Amino acid sequence: MLLFIAAPIVSVVLQSLHTPHGAVLVEVETCTPLSGCILETTIDQEATRELREAEPLGQLVGLDIYLDRGHLALAEVSEAWRKSDGLDEFWTSLRNLPFYRAMAFTLTFTFIVTPLMVILGLVIAFSVNSLHRHLKGLVIFFSLLPFTVTPLIGSLILFWMIDSRGILGDALVYLVGDPSFSLKASTGLMWVSLVVYGVWHAAPFAFVVFYAGLQTLPMEQIEAARIDGATRWQQVRYVVVPHLMPLVTFVALIQLMDNFRVFEPIVGFNAEAHATSLSWIIFNDLGGETRQFSAAATSSVLTIIGVTILLSPVLVRTWRDFRDKK
Amino acid sequence: MASGVNRQPFGLRLLTYGFIIVWLIAAAFPFLWTFWGSFKVELDFFSIADWTNAIFGRRTEMTYGTPFTMAGYEGAWIQGEFWRSVINTGIVCFFVVCSSLTIGTLGGYALSRSGYRYTFWLLIIALIFRAMPPITLVSGYMLPFFEWNVWGILPTTIIVLVAINQPFTLWMLHSFFQNIPKELDESARVDGCTQFQAFRHVIVPVMWPGVITTGLFSFLLAYNDFAVTSMLLSEENRTMVPAIAAFLGSTYNEGQIMFAVAAVVSATVPLFFLVMFFQRQIVAGLTQGAVKG
Repeated sequence: MLLFIAAPIVSVVLQSLHTPHGAVLVEVETCTPLSGCILETTIDQEATRELREAEPLGQLVGLDIYLDRGHLALAEVSEAWRKSDGLDEFWTSLRNLPFYRAMAFTLTFTFIVTPLMVILGLVIAFSVNSLHRHLKGLVIFFSLLPFTVTPLIGSLILFWMIDSRGILGDALVYLVGDPSFSLKASTGLMWVSLVVYGVWHAAPFAFVVFYAGLQTLPMEQIEAARIDGATRWQQVRYVVVPHLMPLVTFVALIQLMDNFRVFEPIVGFNAEAHATSLSWIIFNDLGGETRQFSAAATSSVLTIIGVTILLSPVLVRTWRDFRDKK
Repeated sequence: MASGVNRQPFGLRLLTYGFIIVWLIAAAFPFLWTFWGSFKVELDFFSIADWTNAIFGRRTEMTYGTPFTMAGYEGAWIQGEFWRSVINTGIVCFFVVCSSLTIGTLGGYALSRSGYRYTFWLLIIALIFRAMPPITLVSGYMLPFFEWNVWGILPTTIIVLVAINQPFTLWMLHSFFQNIPKELDESARVDGCTQFQAFRHVIVPVMWPGVITTGLFSFLLAYNDFAVTSMLLSEENRTMVPAIAAFLGSTYNEGQIMFAVAAVVSATVPLFFLVMFFQRQIVAGLTQGAVKG
């Protein structure tokens, strides 16, 4: 594991510090009897190849790539800060930089989807729990589907339905009453549909975990609460919810991590124009004819840092648990 | 809460049932709709004129004489050579599951039985790795792969997928093995078994539930992966998910989108059966980590 995961990370970091060699240029003077001499600049193929073989990683450029326009773009940010009058203007100019654009979507997605999906999962779990025994199995089966299906496939299925010619898109057109209405046209609506997909996809996970939690409810406490005259709502509020609280944090943390790396829905929804995420930037840099390894590697390192920040509360908690156990 | 004392009032009960029905529709309807639509022509699946076309397939009937056509499936499987991707997916999934289970079982067992401090750090590192988007690792793999000339073939992809999968497998099996009482293999040791014999004869017979659950999740990961497979496999070695994405790339050819729809349905069917047969294990696996945490 260390070899196969740690090694690539080292490789990523190394790559992010390098940039491909430029071609080695030589000036050659070609003289012809009639027109005189011309000074030409040509690429010295051999020297270029030699240089590339000597240092396959490319030139060491340090943190330059981190600071260029495609990533942290410090120069552009500080310029925008100086030039813009208000915060609004500053945000607008920030939105034009690819890294911050991706960051904005990734964070928005993460922090909207996670709470919504926890709530939806809770409600489903409560409802299913009160169902008849025979119905439960069936409902759980169908509820698991959106979760187990391949993310790309799931997002494609939804995407085809919200296409303006698909059934949901058609219904929306009918509701809005504007025949040219399309979810794909506006950034805001695209974000909304991505969030809806995210909740749809992740809610079953929350549901299953909470449902399992509900099976281990302390019945004595509930009975005691009822004897003390607690209403149904109070029972839920003061007994059930505290009992589920550790599960809520668990689900929320797992989902924070998963949502932070949102990627497939963007490909599936064909939403690159409106929403990009960090993962998508890496994917985009790696694919295509020009594989920009250093750019991709730099984004990767930034993503890893982001994940670690998100994860730090969990790490601290796990460490504390471990220390207490000793 | 089946006890009679705690009966729900009628209004709440109605609300619950209503909500369940809405959720079921939201969860299952997209799949049914796409399945139904995959037997139609594109003009019916994306109906501009009248949405009921998608249900009754009027244009499909006009073109093929029946409201159901296998044209999309034919196109995807034969013309688009989707069968090749299916075979590739099969190979990848099989080897990923086998190798990650082998490593995970031995590693998880060893970690759960050793009391040293470094096991904790190993697990923490595994947790961080688990949180990392696979694509960040892919960019680290790609350049060396190009240089060693092993890019685009199945074995390297399998290795990468196993590596990405390993932290999760390790965590899951580690917590599973911790629930198996230590006394079990200690008594075997007392009876004169070596550590390995204890594992072989005492632990192996009781570990299958945990292994099956973990195996299911490894399978899902390998099956569902898009980032790794689409980046690391050449065109003829593609697995199903990148193949579907490739169908979409050429969407603008007439009818191609129906290939993608048919391929999507074909790729979902195995998952459908998987959930059907292994529902209990999946639920157990999802909750296992939670109950512990």
